[in-house]
Amino acid sequence: MSGSAAKAMRGGDLTLLWGLVVLVAILSILPLARLVIEGIAPGGAVSSGVIGSVLSDPTTWTAVRNSLVTTLGGTVLAVVIGSIVACFVALTDMRARNAFVFCFVLPLMIAPQVTALAWLQVTGPSSALLKMLGLAPPLGTRNPLYSAEGIILLLGIQYAPLVFLTLRAGLRALPKELIEAGLAAGAGKLTVLRTIILPLMTPPLVAGIALCFVSSLGNFGIPAFLGIPANYLVLPTLIYQRLAGLGPGVLSEVAVLSTLIGVIAMAGIILQDVMLRRRDFRITTTSTAARPFELRGWRLPSEILLWGLVLLILVVPLAGLLATSLVPSYGVPLNAATATFENYDYVMFDHAGSRRAFANSFGLSAAAALVIVVVSVPLAYFLVWRRSRMLRLLNLAAELPYALPGVVLAIAAILIFLKPLPVLGISLYNTIWIIFFCYVARFLVLGLRPVASGYHQLDRTLEEAAQVAGAGLIRRLVTIILPLVAPAATAGALLVFLTAFNELTVSALLWSSGNETLGVVVFSFEQGGDSTYAAALAVLTVIVTLALMLSTLLFARKLPQGVLPWRD
Amino acid sequence: MARLTIDRVSKNFGNYRALDTVSMEVRDGEFLAVLGPSGCGKTTLLRQVAGFDQVDDGEIRIGDTVVSDTRRHVPPEHRRVGIVFQSYALWPHMSVFDNVAYGLKVAGVKDPERTRRVKEALTLVGLETFAERRPGLLSGGQRQRVALARCLVTEPSLVLLDEPLANLDVHLRAAMEDEFARFHERTATTMIYITHDQAEAMALADRIAVMDRGRLLQLATPSDLFRQPANETVARFIGEGMVLPVEVGAADSEGRCQGRIQGLEVSLRASPLQKAGHAKVCLRARDLAIAGPGEAGLGAHIVRTVYQGGFFRLEASLVRAPDVTVHLEVPEPFHHGPGDIVDIAVHDGWVLPATTES
Repeated sequence: MSGSAAKAMRGGDLTLLWGLVVLVAILSILPLARLVIEGIAPGGAVSSGVIGSVLSDPTTWTAVRNSLVTTLGGTVLAVVIGSIVACFVALTDMRARNAFVFCFVLPLMIAPQVTALAWLQVTGPSSALLKMLGLAPPLGTRNPLYSAEGIILLLGIQYAPLVFLTLRAGLRALPKELIEAGLAAGAGKLTVLRTIILPLMTPPLVAGIALCFVSSLGNFGIPAFLGIPANYLVLPTLIYQRLAGLGPGVLSEVAVLSTLIGVIAMAGIILQDVMLRRRDFRITTTSTAARPFELRGWRLPSEILLWGLVLLILVVPLAGLLATSLVPSYGVPLNAATATFENYDYVMFDHAGSRRAFANSFGLSAAAALVIVVVSVPLAYFLVWRRSRMLRLLNLAAELPYALPGVVLAIAAILIFLKPLPVLGISLYNTIWIIFFCYVARFLVLGLRPVASGYHQLDRTLEEAAQVAGAGLIRRLVTIILPLVAPAATAGALLVFLTAFNELTVSALLWSSGNETLGVVVFSFEQGGDSTYAAALAVLTVIVTLALMLSTLLFARKLPQGVLPWRD
Repeated sequence: MARLTIDRVSKNFGNYRALDTVSMEVRDGEFLAVLGPSGCGKTTLLRQVAGFDQVDDGEIRIGDTVVSDTRRHVPPEHRRVGIVFQSYALWPHMSVFDNVAYGLKVAGVKDPERTRRVKEALTLVGLETFAERRPGLLSGGQRQRVALARCLVTEPSLVLLDEPLANLDVHLRAAMEDEFARFHERTATTMIYITHDQAEAMALADRIAVMDRGRLLQLATPSDLFRQPANETVARFIGEGMVLPVEVGAADSEGRCQGRIQGLEVSLRASPLQKAGHAKVCLRARDLAIAGPGEAGLGAHIVRTVYQGGFFRLEASLVRAPDVTVHLEVPEPFHHGPGDIVDIAVHDGWVLPATTES
């Protein structure tokens, strides 16, 4: 079918398709190819010198070990929390499910550097929150979060929602007959869970683990805030320090480090593939979702426990952050006499850098969201409705920049844009456009996935009816398809906006004076010891994030299930 | 309006042959039904004519223009065909008026002509007062009419209807059947009507094309299809025909011949070219009756009687060939039941022409 479908495309359709192919290639394949070339031939000449010197440097291997320790630790923690919560939410009759899911998934939408900053405000001797409660440890005590354990804890909390989301999607697709057959055979609920449900959930669980592993490995915000002060470096922070300290002169070296982290990430993805290929997990029947297990007497205790978890991982750190943002200087206890909005005043109106950062982050995120939607609607049209081998590869290519750690893309972008662009003679390096390029490349798939599921829900004959009415492809896209996938496209745009708005990994490596993002400014406030300003700015980003997430509930009914992670 | 020529068209999906050298000629203004069980290739055929897929072999012509062959492929948007989809495919984000106006807008037809033609089309289907409604607020029959108006407003050369009544309930179907028939009369458009329901096809079509497993089995008027099926598959599929082995003598020029079914001498219809020898005969329930006094018949065990209001449907297996079952309608009163033996007279039958069909 694919062959004839491709043959049936003509003129205008083919031009559009090839335009998209070239665009995706520039966004995803070009950067990675450039990075690999730099590893093999640093500065243009083939040599193994740089690879050798990077790989023989003990700092490299310390960072690799630290990366693996924190990543694996964080993943294990995320899997434990995420899968327990997923079982409760998807399988039992707990109440207020929507509100709980919203709160539990929220940490995923909040920037990692904000999570890190917030948690730092809850522990340690200068915590405004602890001082208010009179629980602060004596001055001079080291903040216990400045450690490998701290990083693991926060990575686990940050990414538990990822495991939760993939597992919940799997549990939803589980036919109720499989569970009922087990119960009818005389097995108790826990036996059914252990012998039927969990084994069948291996694929989503493994997928969640892989996602968690790759995200933790690429995370920059948490190890930057918690690891750098303790001189505990992981690969992304090592790359950042090298580049920040020594400038583009060490590009070949960090290119090798980026390739190394990319290889580790790929190994995780491939391992997932291998694990799933060894056994047959296909579910043969389809049916409505299972009836929830009744918790009966255990319902209230379970609910208290789950909301306690939300209190611990969401409310407490945000309260700490809020408390710090309201005190005049770090270390002052918060009370009616000391509370002040001066920090907010300063970051919103006085500090030129953070004012600019608001404009930059808003502009970058909005522009990236817009461009990605404009690309995603025709791209998903071909991916979903004109399937072929080439298009499957294109889909894979679009996933790559998001699947790999952000530093990989950032270093690749520096390599591409350091010299002026050929023909045009314009240099994008040290401009805001290099960040924009990375945002579009990295977050394309976040916009593409909801739009694609929008297409899956659409009856294709709606398009075919327009086709026989004489409408060409562009007209069909604008007058028929766009209005019908608009809710999904809006959701995709919002996901892109929120992710870009809270982004730090890429912009930390690519920002230049005048082109700061909010993440960069929060980071530099904290590094300069201005925790109160950092906290105030972080609180503002959380408010914007929350407001946008809540706004989606207005049109959530029109969306395919699973498009908005924070909606049950 | 135009005639449609499908010339030895084949279409494969991987190793599956969805259409196997199908040829047919649809006359200008004709109402042709394509009839067959699901998976027989009828929807694939429609998609080739509309241009959604490209043929692997053969040629399709609309009027005198070649629209599909192995090298050329006119895309659907340039074929000037109209389609009524099984799901109606009305655009939910447009009003009834905008749905109907879409094709005219695309063709660059300007107001006031556009509005005039949309109103005409809506009047034709009796929906002139519904122009501002959204399709979501209409009943199934009304949606069907909007789809029809949308498809006809651009005056396509050819209208394709893909099981248009499949989603309607039974009493609405009869009403829509009438509507289609009147519609075809008034517009005289060439129409191709895809269906799996033979009563629908018989009621509506000038001619019926019967398809099975990607092949065209027979293309004939409803009456010919019923009276003179071309082969065993058509005979069994249309009107529940029974196919029995028969010894026939050569047919005369009128197409009559003598035959012997399980020892019973019968007079049968056949092609004037029918030769003497082994053959198969297609019997209809109405060709059979309980033998009158002194009349010869086939001895048969009654297997089942089902009362159907005024008559019984009787199923019986032949005494001389227990694996052959026949069915017939017997008027009330009838006092025999399962296990009893009756004599069944054969009044008519059609000798199936010898074919290469397996």
